[in-house]
Amino acid sequence: MVKSVTSFGRSGLSDWLVQRVSGVILLAYFLCIGATLIGGVSYEEWQAMFAGTGMRIFTMLAILSLAAHAWIGMWAVGTDYLTERMLGSKGNVLRLAFQIGCGLVIFIYVIWAIQILWG
Amino acid sequence: MLQVSIYRYNPETDAEPSMQEFQIDTGGKDLMVLDVLEMIKAQDTTVAYRRSCREGVCGSDGLNMNGKNGLACITPLSETVKNNKLVIRPLPGLPVVRDLVVDMSMFYAQYEKVQPYLQNDTPAPAIERLQSPEDREKLDGLYECILCACCSTSCPSFWWNPDRFIGPAGLLQAYRFLADSRDTATDERLERLDDPFSVFRCHGIQNCVNVCPKGLNPTRAIGHIRHMLLSRAT
Repeated sequence: MVKSVTSFGRSGLSDWLVQRVSGVILLAYFLCIGATLIGGVSYEEWQAMFAGTGMRIFTMLAILSLAAHAWIGMWAVGTDYLTERMLGSKGNVLRLAFQIGCGLVIFIYVIWAIQILWG
Repeated sequence: MLQVSIYRYNPETDAEPSMQEFQIDTGGKDLMVLDVLEMIKAQDTTVAYRRSCREGVCGSDGLNMNGKNGLACITPLSETVKNNKLVIRPLPGLPVVRDLVVDMSMFYAQYEKVQPYLQNDTPAPAIERLQSPEDREKLDGLYECILCACCSTSCPSFWWNPDRFIGPAGLLQAYRFLADSRDTATDERLERLDDPFSVFRCHGIQNCVNVCPKGLNPTRAIGHIRHMLLSRAT
């Protein structure tokens, strides 16, 4: 058993499941947006679509899925390449800085999305 | 003449690894790569590599041949040589002891982690623990692994985390005992695997399946482990 305190759910199984479920949600969302755009949409129709509570909830679900998906993915990248094994003692410092940076960017995007949708 | 390029490195005397070129006359025969290595050894006795059974059973001569891992003794030249050129390197990701010989300690340490032996806490029967033909069949495609390390050393997840990710070879054996009807340590085995590294570093790219000289499928076994973990989780 390998210990980890920075992974999304602290469990490999939980992260794996979240990654897959969030992937399906993102696929559904982008198919929906893609179909709308391909079908042709005016600014007024687009605005009306996002004025509906259902679409806002769906969008927020997609944003939160993206946040979880991104954290799990970037965590895997960081723990692959930015490690003590690969870079010596500075690996741990770089990885932690990278993770803080990723967490901050994801947090900003989530808050920004809430502001766009309900602001 | 076949052009063969061999990775050479002696950590005690060389500052860095280099490639040495050899010209080998195969006489137009479709030899195995191990035969070519033997011919090279006759030219230069300092070339080091491992070999034993020469028939794909012992797993000693796992090498990287023209970019793909495999057993030198059962890889014919026709399968690997391109443009009359053969480049032979040690298995990637493991420390080189000398030339084509790698230190497999990390690989064995991961194998040891899965406790690859039958565990059964019920009283031993008088003769033997019986298994139905159906239960025995579940071990097919698992028990045949010869631990040549071709799969684990072709896996990027194992390259980056050989101390944390068990790797395809170890996980194939983990599932071999999880699937065994005679083993009673299933919960303990699964408990030890449920962290973000041991199993879940596998991203399913199937390099392991692509190179396994015995035609085994570690990715499928890893999928079964995931499903077992999922089934027991709440």
